[in-house]
Amino acid sequence: MQKQSTFRSPVLPFLLLTPQVAVVLLFFYWPAAQAVWQSFLLQDAFGLSTTFIWFENYAELLTQPEYYEAVLRTFIFSAAIAGSSLSFALLLAVMADKPLRGSGLYRTLLIWPYAVAPAVAGVLWIFMLHPSLGVLARGLRGMGIDWNPQLNGDHAVTLIVLAAAWKQISYNFLFFLAGLQAIPKSVLEAAAIDGAKPMRRFWTVTFPLLTPTIFFLIVVNIVYAFFDTFGIIDAMTGGGPAKATETLVYKVYLDGLLGGNLGSSAAQSVMLMVIVVALTAIQFRYVERKVTY
Amino acid sequence: MSNVSLRNVRKTYPGGFEAIKGIDFEIPDGQFCVLVGPSGCGKSTLLRMVAGLETVTSGEIDIGGRVVNEVEPADRDIAMVFQNYALYPHMTVYNNMAYGLRNRGMPKPEIDTRVREAAQILEITTMLDRKPRQLSGGQRQRVAMGRAIVRQPKVFLFDEPLSNLDAKLRVAMRVEIRKLQRRLKTTSIYVTHDQLEAMTLADILVVMNGGQVEQIGNPLEIYRKPATTFVASFIGAPPMNLIPLDGGEIAAQFAGDSRSVAAAGVLGVRPEDLLISTDATATGGIALDLTVEAIERVGPETFVYGSREGAHGVSVNPGELPPGEVIVRIPGQIAPAIGERIRAIAPRDKLHLFSADGRARIDI
Repeated sequence: MQKQSTFRSPVLPFLLLTPQVAVVLLFFYWPAAQAVWQSFLLQDAFGLSTTFIWFENYAELLTQPEYYEAVLRTFIFSAAIAGSSLSFALLLAVMADKPLRGSGLYRTLLIWPYAVAPAVAGVLWIFMLHPSLGVLARGLRGMGIDWNPQLNGDHAVTLIVLAAAWKQISYNFLFFLAGLQAIPKSVLEAAAIDGAKPMRRFWTVTFPLLTPTIFFLIVVNIVYAFFDTFGIIDAMTGGGPAKATETLVYKVYLDGLLGGNLGSSAAQSVMLMVIVVALTAIQFRYVERKVTY
Repeated sequence: MSNVSLRNVRKTYPGGFEAIKGIDFEIPDGQFCVLVGPSGCGKSTLLRMVAGLETVTSGEIDIGGRVVNEVEPADRDIAMVFQNYALYPHMTVYNNMAYGLRNRGMPKPEIDTRVREAAQILEITTMLDRKPRQLSGGQRQRVAMGRAIVRQPKVFLFDEPLSNLDAKLRVAMRVEIRKLQRRLKTTSIYVTHDQLEAMTLADILVVMNGGQVEQIGNPLEIYRKPATTFVASFIGAPPMNLIPLDGGEIAAQFAGDSRSVAAAGVLGVRPEDLLISTDATATGGIALDLTVEAIERVGPETFVYGSREGAHGVSVNPGELPPGEVIVRIPGQIAPAIGERIRAIAPRDKLHLFSADGRARIDI
């Protein structure tokens, strides 16, 4: 059954769409088109002369080994962030789904971190893991780990992944909890009567029924890791030490705003956009097949 | 042996609400027991307690000679059919039925044999590779039954399994469930709020109300001799006519009877036991003077709704008729006109007498 509305005036539906279309045009298509245009240009450092150079910015970008390193780094980041935040959020949601006293309270508390701004989350983790001030860093030192994210690239990556994943957990948690509660209780009861122990019940019934939620969250989390980690990286490491945390989106900022190479920066933005669109398309095309809607 | 015994079973929820207030009965091996009652009477809760999905506050639930109060649902050797079928939506029909057997580590060939056998009995062999969402309501119902029978459990539990089906299919499935149960001879407990389902399926009928048992017995026995006015108005459709005997002319018709009858407070008579008659005297029985208010013709029979003059009071039980309203069932389609005054009579042996509070039956 399809519900169809009929309008008396042919103008009204277009009028109703206008605000949405205007917003998308103004804030997405226009800047995107500008980025594409900019990526074909070469500007001198003072912005006094501009030359149209077709694909030279792209060609130069693709010959830089640093660019490939940044691509690889970004993929590692997004896999680590999406993987850890999704699995931890799922664990929390499964536990919060149990009918315990005060569940409303702790469910609310688990959602709050989402309201924290990325930079604030970054600062929070900086202080906890600061090599000389941090509480957690002290503990790590005590365990014999020479913790120093300001000098050690791997430590810096860990720090960013921790902060970025932590911030995303509450968002994932919310969707997982909703997904879990949408599973009919009687199906799980039937599985219990069918002799499935809790772990087996989870992997053979709950998890397959959650796949639509999981799929949606994978897409959202990867896009988050690609773009929204900017604030955290900027606040915590500024891309350092020695480019260890310089992801694609941060490189766009460094080369364009700080390096003044607007043409290359625009080319990188366009590439980034293409990568994310391609990733999402792949996910929809292949992962969705395994999803049981 | 797989008889089921409930001994003084109680259920109190943490809030203090007493859902089950002490229930005792026994279902002998292979019998079909139906729990019937209005919604909220605790019948589903009781079934879920037998399944192990609800805890037992006190008392004992015994399946096949073993007290199972603390036993996990999986280890009680029961199978349950849920109202919404509760099929696993991501599994094929075959896997839905095989799941419980796989969990118990049964060898593959035996699983296959059992699933195909059950599929054949239920005529769903052609659907084994489909997912539940590709099936109709009746087919899903069969799969849910299949999932129960492949396990060959000691007890089947049915929680209103037919209430999501349309009326025609419900009748057909009702007959099939009964045939299947006769064939497998598995002790069964079936919960329903539909008195017709209850009457047609049960070997043992348990009528429940407000967390308590109102009456247990053979369905026809209960129909013939309801123990309370609640049972009288719940079992049978249309419900039994209940007439208060507060000293009026009806009571006068019983003058000179034994003391127990004289103490009766409520008179009951089923619509099918009333006859429309022009006889001035109804010897030994009762005569009710009615004004016809409405007529319902359903084909093979006709229901005449009449009102008695000077009737008062309020109806107590759910499904009970409004005070003063009397239904007369007459065969065929010929009926009096609306507004006509008629006299309905019933012989003495068709009358039921209850105490004034309706809680006790008085034999005439």
